[in-house]
Amino acid sequence: MDKIVRNQIKLEFISIPENVGLARITIAALASQLDLTLNDLEEIKVATSEAVSNAIIHGYRNKPAGIVKLIGSLYEDSIVIEVIDEGVGIADIPQAMQPAFTTDPERMGLGFVFMQSFMDEVKVESEINNGTRVILTKKLEGAGIQKAVS
Amino acid sequence: MSFIFNSKNRTLLVKITGELDLVTAKEFRERLDKAIDEMFTKNLFLDLTRVSFIDSSGLGVILGRYRKIQEKRGIMIIYGMNTNIKRILELSGILSIIPAFNSENEAWTYLERKSLKEA
Ligand SMILES: Nc1ncnc2c1ncn2[C@@H]1O[C@H](COP(=O)(O)OP(=O)(O)OP(=O)(O)O)[C@@H](O)[C@H]1O
Ligand SMILES: [Mg+2]
Repeated sequence: MDKIVRNQIKLEFISIPENVGLARITIAALASQLDLTLNDLEEIKVATSEAVSNAIIHGYRNKPAGIVKLIGSLYEDSIVIEVIDEGVGIADIPQAMQPAFTTDPERMGLGFVFMQSFMDEVKVESEINNGTRVILTKKLEGAGIQKAVS
Repeated sequence: MSFIFNSKNRTLLVKITGELDLVTAKEFRERLDKAIDEMFTKNLFLDLTRVSFIDSSGLGVILGRYRKIQEKRGIMIIYGMNTNIKRILELSGILSIIPAFNSENEAWTYLERKSLKEA
């Protein structure tokens, strides 16, 4: 049985750093319709920031001409955030997700560490030269949705 | 994001206000590096009291400056993190590398003790 979507937003933006904050705030505003703790909200913001930053830095190699797609969905018992780019793609996904793995010597390879620590599920789909889709899920304890539908 | 720079006895004190992410990381790195060079900095204190958000882009800059100060045989200290920022720093492993305190006073005490040991 498919889950019922209680609320959903879709946003497309060009791949410039300024839009990382925009994505973060948009998702936080959506998430705050759920009965989340401030801690949860902070974690969702960091995870979103990491996925969107990766799309811009790695997916589109810091070029501003790419389009990043952001989908935020609220379900009865969870929030799901999808970050999609049509950039270079990831050759070896398990390797990319390992702590401290990076292809950029200036970086630390922490993005996926934060996504995995702060979200209950991190799914990555990617194809070389076709792009990457990161799906982040956070589950709620108790009847989280009440605020959204009241 | 904004910065306040202060220098005392070759210790550069930087008070950061705002969010440290992909947008601000570049400016943060450039302004810090410039100040480190211009003020003949040996030691670096980063006051994070007014940092409201940080992610891996901001952490990358902090760790990069730590390496730079290490090369100069100086001491870098961070302080004033709120609970959210502290948790992210902890997860990143940075807290086991860079000395972290609650206040500037504690940072000075640590620096003095360290300097005495070396003298
Ligand atoms: N959207 C993407 N498109 C292409 N490659 C990606 C994408 N996201 C991640 N990667 C690859 O996965 C690696 C690991 O990503 P992760 O976010 O964990 O670390 P990082 O971005 O390199 O460093 P940090 O997040 O600490 O700044 C990246 O170095 C990059 O090679
Ligand atoms: Mg990253």
